[in-house]
Amino acid sequence: MSAAQSAVHAVDAQPYEPVFTGDTLAELEQRFAEYPTRQALLLPALWMVQERRGWISEPAISEVATVLGLTPAYVKGVVTFYTMYHTHPVGRHFIQVCTTSPCGLCGAEDTVKALLEHTGCGEAGTTSPDGRFTVVEVECLGACGFATPVMVGDDFIESVTPDKVPDLLARYP
Amino acid sequence: MGFPHPSHAGETVVLSKYFGDAGARTHAGWVERGGYEGLRKALGMAPEAIIEDMKASGLRGRGGAGFPTGLKWSFMPKGDGKPHYLVCNADESEPGTFKDREIMRWTPHALIEGCAIGAYAIGAERCYIYIRGEFTEPWTIMSEAVREAYAAGTLGDNAMGSGKTIHITLHRGAGAYICGEETALMNSIEGRRGNPRIKPPFPAAAGLFGMPTTINNVETLAAVPHILVRGAEWYKSLSRGNPKSTGTKLISVCGHVQRPGNYEVTLGTPMKDLLYDMCGGMRPGRTLKAVIPGGSSVPIMTAEEAESALLDYEGLIEKGSMLGSAGMIVMDDSADMVYQIMRLARFYAHESCAQCTQCREGTAWTTRILERILSGKGKESDFDLLLDLADNMTGTTICVLSDSCAAPVVSGIRKFRGEFEAYIRRERAPVLALA
Repeated sequence: MSAAQSAVHAVDAQPYEPVFTGDTLAELEQRFAEYPTRQALLLPALWMVQERRGWISEPAISEVATVLGLTPAYVKGVVTFYTMYHTHPVGRHFIQVCTTSPCGLCGAEDTVKALLEHTGCGEAGTTSPDGRFTVVEVECLGACGFATPVMVGDDFIESVTPDKVPDLLARYP
Repeated sequence: MGFPHPSHAGETVVLSKYFGDAGARTHAGWVERGGYEGLRKALGMAPEAIIEDMKASGLRGRGGAGFPTGLKWSFMPKGDGKPHYLVCNADESEPGTFKDREIMRWTPHALIEGCAIGAYAIGAERCYIYIRGEFTEPWTIMSEAVREAYAAGTLGDNAMGSGKTIHITLHRGAGAYICGEETALMNSIEGRRGNPRIKPPFPAAAGLFGMPTTINNVETLAAVPHILVRGAEWYKSLSRGNPKSTGTKLISVCGHVQRPGNYEVTLGTPMKDLLYDMCGGMRPGRTLKAVIPGGSSVPIMTAEEAESALLDYEGLIEKGSMLGSAGMIVMDDSADMVYQIMRLARFYAHESCAQCTQCREGTAWTTRILERILSGKGKESDFDLLLDLADNMTGTTICVLSDSCAAPVVSGIRKFRGEFEAYIRRERAPVLALA
């Protein structure tokens, strides 16, 4: 078991601290005015969890269900439908690289190889042993004229070629 | 303009005039550039008159379907006492398409203005703009623009002092191509899985939250203020002679051209001018092989078809394809068509919402058969198998995702059959290793 995986289990074992208290709850409550149902806040609430915790755990799913008047099974069904919600912990920097046809035509697969090599992830979909990076291949990021687009966390970087990868990664300690 | 390149003389710059001009991003900057005059004018008009202007302009939906915008708005019920909603589809996810991203990045207030006019015209007090989750920079820019528009009194319970209520809420997607389908998008806003709904009922009867709803693409709504300010006749005059395709269209060009980017042209412009003149043609020593002109969901065109096509709704249908979202994927003679078609099929297999069997199974099997061919284990019978599958995937499901997967397979086999045969007959070395 890698250090990152051990850390994951350690996190899992800690008692769950609710996300929606104080200011965070107030922020969610404020947004109810913009929608006719509480359920419409499901995607926003899940984003709020992920922004604060890095991923969406089972207890977090239960908490969101309670706050919005839904069942945990329903919320889990929604969480797992959308690819951007993490249902397990990821590296400190989550890297998405587009490999859909237009980027593929322009060398996206070489960019993936460079990212996997320089992050130490080795294989797409995994986290580097030091827990610093997770690299995943994703479908169309919507910047096909700027192949290959890469997202690091919320940063969107255009035209990433293999030779630019080391400098790019250095910006994310 | 040919963002990120300077404007080309062959372009007609309307929507893209301020691409690259960060000064246009602020409310004050937008007003300085003539912004919000369209909304001011609209708020002094009867909603029906605005809809008539849209009809007269010939504006058609820029998201892919090309449905006449004024007609769509006119379907909204009148005096029904129910809340109405306008939804702006900013879930731009169609491979090859990256125009709405630039509209939101550079001219966020153009979109807000178009949304506000649209909302007023259809009797909606709230508009939701659904932005794909990956568009973090457009999201930040749009959020700030909406905040500014409220602070300036342009939005709110007394929009521009008109006494009319217009609210805009941004809603963030979370990674699902299918949410660009209008009914899936509405489900997503409602806090559900993004499964498309069976139609009817159509959104104008029962859409978001079960209420009368109009859903328009970003580029469509961004064109609306220009039409109100400069007039329907002016917009209609932007044409190359086809009265059914009027106005300008942002064409996203990617793949093997020298200058990929967004180009704004009058509908009806020859594709050849765009490819060779504006985009600089193919890379040195390369020749054009194929174009997928309307985002990945439309049939593939050969070089010959592409070079003789006119870029408008009818012009591309005439050549056996579609304008769609006008995301053009250009491939030169180095492209492996079988591999590219497999890659598209894999995209659709990944993005299928899985509620319809023909799509869930069809996209997956199509991908596996293409992978098998690429691994050197294809059979002559695979042609019939793929075409039979494609037939079962076309016109049989709730939405058109499975049709979109079938389109490149069918057109690819018909137009590039020799490339499939080369793998099947072991004349070409396998490029995939299957377990």
